[in-house]
Amino acid sequence: MNYVILGAGPAGVTAAETIRQVDKTGSITLVSGDGEPPYSRMALPYFLHGDIKEQGTYLRQQPNHYDSLGITVTLARAGGVDSSNRVLHLSNGEALAYDKLLIATGASPVVPPIPGSNLEGVHTCWTLADGREIMKRAGKGQNVVLVGAGFIGSIVLEALHLMGSNLTVVEVAPRMVARMLDETAGGMLGRWCTAKGVKVLTSTKVERITGGSGIRGNELAVGLSNGDTLQAKLVVLAAGVRSNTGFLVGSGVAVRTGIVVNEYLETTVPHIYAAGDCCEGVDLSTGKPDMLAIQPVAVEHGRIAGLNMAGVRTRHRGSLNMNVLETMGLISSSFGLWQGVPGGDTARLVDEAGYKYLKLNFEGDQLVGAQCVGLTEHVGMLRGLIQTGVHLGEWKQRLMENPERLREAYIATALNSAHAGPVGPHVKTPVAKEAA
Amino acid sequence: MLKALVIDPGKCTGCKQCEMACSFENEGVFNVSKSRIRVFDFHTEARFVPYTCTQCAEAWCQQACPVNAITTDRASGVKIVHENLCVGCKVCTIACPFGTINYNAATHKVAKCDLCQGNPACADACPTGAITFQDVEQTGFDKMKVWATQAAHAATHQGPNTPAAKA
Amino acid sequence: MGWARKILRVNLSNGTVKSEPLNMDWAQKYLGQRGLATKYLVEEIDPKTDPLGPGNKLIFATGPLTGTAASTGGRYSVITKGALTNAIACSNSGGYFGAELKFAGWDMIIFEGKAPKPVYITVVDDTCTIHDAAEIWGTSVWHTDEWIKKKHQDPMMHISAIGVAGEKQVLYSCIVNDLHRAAGRSGVGAVMGSKNIKAVAVRGTGGVKVKDGHEFLKATAAGKKVLQENAVTGAGLPSFGTQVLMNVINEAGAMPTRNHRQVQFEGAHAISAEAMATPRKTDGKPNLLTNQACFGCTIACGRISKIDEKHFTIQNKPQYWHASGGLEYEAAWALGSNTGVDDLDALTFVNFVCNEQGIDPISFGATVSAAMELYDLGLLTKEQTGGIELKFGSTEALVKCAELTGKAEGFGKELGLGSLRLCTKYGRPDLSMSVKGQEFPAYDSRGIQGMGLTYATSNRGACHLRSYTVSSEILGVPVKTDPLTTEGKPALVKAFQDATAAVDSTGLCVFTTFAWTLNDIAPQVDAACEGGWSPERMLETGERIWNMERVFNMRAGFTAKDDNLPPRLVKEPAQTGPAKGLVNGLDKMLPEYYQLRGWTTDGVPTNETLSRLAV
Repeated sequence: MNYVILGAGPAGVTAAETIRQVDKTGSITLVSGDGEPPYSRMALPYFLHGDIKEQGTYLRQQPNHYDSLGITVTLARAGGVDSSNRVLHLSNGEALAYDKLLIATGASPVVPPIPGSNLEGVHTCWTLADGREIMKRAGKGQNVVLVGAGFIGSIVLEALHLMGSNLTVVEVAPRMVARMLDETAGGMLGRWCTAKGVKVLTSTKVERITGGSGIRGNELAVGLSNGDTLQAKLVVLAAGVRSNTGFLVGSGVAVRTGIVVNEYLETTVPHIYAAGDCCEGVDLSTGKPDMLAIQPVAVEHGRIAGLNMAGVRTRHRGSLNMNVLETMGLISSSFGLWQGVPGGDTARLVDEAGYKYLKLNFEGDQLVGAQCVGLTEHVGMLRGLIQTGVHLGEWKQRLMENPERLREAYIATALNSAHAGPVGPHVKTPVAKEAA
Repeated sequence: MLKALVIDPGKCTGCKQCEMACSFENEGVFNVSKSRIRVFDFHTEARFVPYTCTQCAEAWCQQACPVNAITTDRASGVKIVHENLCVGCKVCTIACPFGTINYNAATHKVAKCDLCQGNPACADACPTGAITFQDVEQTGFDKMKVWATQAAHAATHQGPNTPAAKA
Repeated sequence: MGWARKILRVNLSNGTVKSEPLNMDWAQKYLGQRGLATKYLVEEIDPKTDPLGPGNKLIFATGPLTGTAASTGGRYSVITKGALTNAIACSNSGGYFGAELKFAGWDMIIFEGKAPKPVYITVVDDTCTIHDAAEIWGTSVWHTDEWIKKKHQDPMMHISAIGVAGEKQVLYSCIVNDLHRAAGRSGVGAVMGSKNIKAVAVRGTGGVKVKDGHEFLKATAAGKKVLQENAVTGAGLPSFGTQVLMNVINEAGAMPTRNHRQVQFEGAHAISAEAMATPRKTDGKPNLLTNQACFGCTIACGRISKIDEKHFTIQNKPQYWHASGGLEYEAAWALGSNTGVDDLDALTFVNFVCNEQGIDPISFGATVSAAMELYDLGLLTKEQTGGIELKFGSTEALVKCAELTGKAEGFGKELGLGSLRLCTKYGRPDLSMSVKGQEFPAYDSRGIQGMGLTYATSNRGACHLRSYTVSSEILGVPVKTDPLTTEGKPALVKAFQDATAAVDSTGLCVFTTFAWTLNDIAPQVDAACEGGWSPERMLETGERIWNMERVFNMRAGFTAKDDNLPPRLVKEPAQTGPAKGLVNGLDKMLPEYYQLRGWTTDGVPTNETLSRLAV
């Protein structure tokens, strides 16, 4: 059997390793497009502010990890897929024949259509190479403008702040991290950043980037929708990502926002699978396909796709949307349907002065979503409660009155439930919540 | 056969010696808020429930780690956080559905029970045998189930030292 | 180390809070908790001050071993001038509050002045805040605990609070932490109420360091082993709680019954530890659910009980249907045998009410029994009790009295004065079984002679926890002495008083001394604290503390005349049991005791003694 895995992010690497666990002899080729050993984008911010060296970003730490598993790593980008002949064409002119192909090409940052975004000193923050460039320019006292205060923007924000930059964040949405945090949490985060000396401009657009004054290294000028102009040495673009699917044109693989997959992570073309940020896997909470571009989901996809490719028929029951973010010491997280469901109850604890927030969204007596700011102890229990769908019974009312008792509620209910048992990458345990 | 912490909430008196031992072993101070094992107190139901990582076979934390900073010790099955590799991204803390891996803001790393390299201080410190370190058949989720069943019934048990009623 | 080296000073009159370094010279002389906080108090207040006036101060103090892995290392004490006694007050409590205060980084909190309106205080690590308590003033300890945790959205907080009794200055009201552990005696709750403090909530996330971690673990492990292997601390207390004593003391003929009219109670078995564990006839379930430890305690003597939901006391009162702190021996005795009531669930209910509203069950039970005697003698009438038929043995009367006293309503207001003031009011002060205004605990000093001297000389008024010679006289720890003689008792009492004062200053629980001597305790203190803490030094520290307390009391106006016992104990012989025909021989013991103490024949510490001890 000849497996080709396109993309060496967490989904691709996990798939390759999973296949090897099942199929000891098949040929596995892992195609890495970044020209680097497989590394984690999650770790880039920590690389930026010097917590770790480049090696610390690598997905696997043993130097001969892939060799030892008999996985061939090829550095190349995809050119196109000839699905009728089962051949993958690479950008370097090579062609790889496959029996099973996994597309795990991830996503790329969107470069917004802002005039001047191609100027020198304007960078996305997505690859190790981007990281190296940003480190050259950002530094103590340097003016930096960060375009976008979404999830990635907020992670990068912390790194830039730690590097000592004089930082301004420009976000078109009315609050920070609007796709992960509600008004209360996003507002708290904004106030926090402001208090820490970061200028936060929400409901503001960048209209153009031009040459700057040159004084103190300010080679760029950023024109804003509010009429102001910011001088900057560096502009970092964090305005969202888009799945990498361009090379699939003509392959027959259907693409919406991301690659369309079924519950076995098969694409619309036989023998071709997709996993991770490039595809629309099932969201456990809604039962519908969605782009859940987070590390644990990529790993889940990779594992299930790998099993299916190696012949172990395994259904993906959906991934839980969740995220955790630290922004200059303030930690926020969200889980599942954090915006709540119609007719469901919501319990809230809000401590604006203390930067503490906990919100629990219920459907009946089940927890379906949650959001926290400034709360980290046993936070994984929120995933446990949502994913097992345990009926909270009398604890629902106790949580309505005092959401902070969720740890007790978890101990008292989640682990005693007949349906208890997490679902996800491993497939043996029972499932509490079927995808609708 | 692997050894694991076996927790019998029915025997717990809520003294927190386990938390003290854990924090001292791992942090060098007596500080229950830094303990990796936690005793939950259901005072109106007269039960105390010690709770920590079961070293589950699914290894949610390990799978979620983007930089391979959590590995499984082959011999013991223990999931170990390598502090030199942990970048403090906290993804494992939301991924673990048991909530037993936690972020330590002081070190900017995550911390979890690693069975004290094979000699768990909590089990040593427990005065009632509520926490023991034993050979076990079950792994992962099954362990948690056994634990949970005991926790559920602890309330109906007599306490560890309650004298047998005289007829 | 061991000490956090920081004290928190809260001035309620000005609404200010201040952090101060701990006076380490004093710490070396007085160790911590009881000794050290008493030193602060005597330096800072006028001994003649009105205990319920703004001139009094209220100190919550931990010891150097509070918040460490030493077994029972979770205690704190409340030190103030007692509302019930006008003497030095030092009430010790377990639960988790003390350790939490230490984790927040404080050795003690000194409250001074008086808040202009009711407040509660939160201490979250370094941050101390005074909050308006209008919403919880007038509510119970239990409600306050729940309300604060909810308000601050932190179930991990540990809270010490007073109930309505403390607010209304019931003179034996206590300060209850963790719902059912209490700094119980001498009316410390009334002092807290007089300062308009409803509650103190703490949350600590810091750690406690010790001088030598390795040595400390070795010393504490050795100590734990001793506790485990000892019959009392390793088996008796965990299995039966302090209630292990009920049948023992009754058989010794030292069980005060019906206001000390008798020394044995025919209903003792029905309210004993064995009864608590036996399934009830009514619902087939036992009263006792389990035992509970306080912070760090490897003994775990605490009782957690549940009352039969159909029992008349809690019918249609679901707020009492859950498990909570059950009967300890002192409560079972004071509420039970001393009033002649043998309904176990009723006693448990009254105990719940004592915890809920913060009243000392010893003084409460003893006051009710004194009132019962007044009623029996016709000195107190049904009209005066507000319709209560206050007969010995009346469960209904006892329950009603508890509900009224907890809220200081109706006849409860009079009961809230304590037995001495009540009996004085009705013309028979001799019927108050008290010393320095504080009621006796559960040992009749005709059957245990040493306890007579203990009570008479206790610095905080009658109390078993200043020198528990019961250990020696009944249980044979550390050596057996004859409970029926006075010989050797002055030396025994002095030794117990000094050693106990030292133990009370460490952060450890005095119950460890059923198994531990200072030889077991000193190495644990020494491994945690700088200064070279030998058993001898510990004992000398204890003696220094005892004399300091004595000097305070003398300055407050006490004299040798107050080292006395009520006439009943020295004039009316016991009628049954081993002590039949005996009275307490206080007059034989007291002069020798003064001499051993290095005091004058009038009980005044001599200058030589004070300078030897550097008081």
